[in-house]
Amino acid sequence: MTPSLLYAMAGAVLCGIGLFGLLRLSHLLRKLLAFNIMGSGVFLIMVGLPQHHVGPDPVPQALVLTGIVVAIAATALAVVLIRRYYHQSGMASLEGEADSREGGPL
Amino acid sequence: MIRALRTCFIALACIAFSAVLGASIWVIAGDPGQGNLSQLLSENMSRSGVEHPVTAVLLNFRSYDTLLEIGVLVIAGIAGISMSKTTSLEDPELRTSDPLLYALQRWFIPLMLVLAGYLLWAGADRPGGAFQAGAVLAATGVLMRLGGIPMEFLRPGLLLRLGLALGFSVFLLAAVVSVIGGDAFLAYPPGMAKPLILVIESVLTLSIAMVLLALFVSAPVNDAEDPEEGDPS
Repeated sequence: MTPSLLYAMAGAVLCGIGLFGLLRLSHLLRKLLAFNIMGSGVFLIMVGLPQHHVGPDPVPQALVLTGIVVAIAATALAVVLIRRYYHQSGMASLEGEADSREGGPL
Repeated sequence: MIRALRTCFIALACIAFSAVLGASIWVIAGDPGQGNLSQLLSENMSRSGVEHPVTAVLLNFRSYDTLLEIGVLVIAGIAGISMSKTTSLEDPELRTSDPLLYALQRWFIPLMLVLAGYLLWAGADRPGGAFQAGAVLAATGVLMRLGGIPMEFLRPGLLLRLGLALGFSVFLLAAVVSVIGGDAFLAYPPGMAKPLILVIESVLTLSIAMVLLALFVSAPVNDAEDPEEGDPS
């Protein structure tokens, strides 16, 4: 168990936590944050796992860098969409999950 | 009761998901692996036109990914702008009246612009490059916007469209020109790699900063009783 393998394992745990949040939380912003946590887990796996074999590997690092930028843009777009949705519907969660406790205003 | 049961079930499923993921990581880590990608990369570094391996992968060996990435960014920016309402641009309530921010701005904005330029240039031989520089540039824009400095180019119009599309179109042009010249898609002509990468990185920085800033600006004003958007008329 090397430190870089530990990173990859932490990434797997983050993926699970993010998936739980995505499925269980109903507030849309929380869902978005959970989705981002899941993405961070994937990035950790992608950087940590190749390091275990050959040390820092530039190819997955470049892919992760690309992924981070796309994730930022997608998150910003999602925030814009969520705020628009909130303005139009007055709800901060999706239709079927409106009974939740944490569905406060944005 | 049903709710607790559902939470339990989802938690179990997520733990199982993590466990499967961890197990597959363990198996892959135990495998010595036959891919010699990093060795291939270090052998070809001299042909890439830059000294930093990550930049070489991003802008030369796997520039297809970067091209698609800036395409995704432009689409996200356009979608974000089309959701916005333009009047929010000069809403005085959005401006902060914090004197500390005004004082800091005079120091920070020039410094951050210089930092963005340095990051762009440093990408050739150390960590840095278009994305980092673009992020710093976008942060400068956010700071300027919070301080109420007018930024006319963010208004939906020719300048905004040009700024959004510049990086993608220059990159695509460089890719297509090499195809017309009889080479592969995105293959830089020999000897031209360094200047081409520099030009592409510069326009990418501009476009990335523009997309991020446009997405920040286009997030509509948080004013719940303002009926402007769900207006039935």
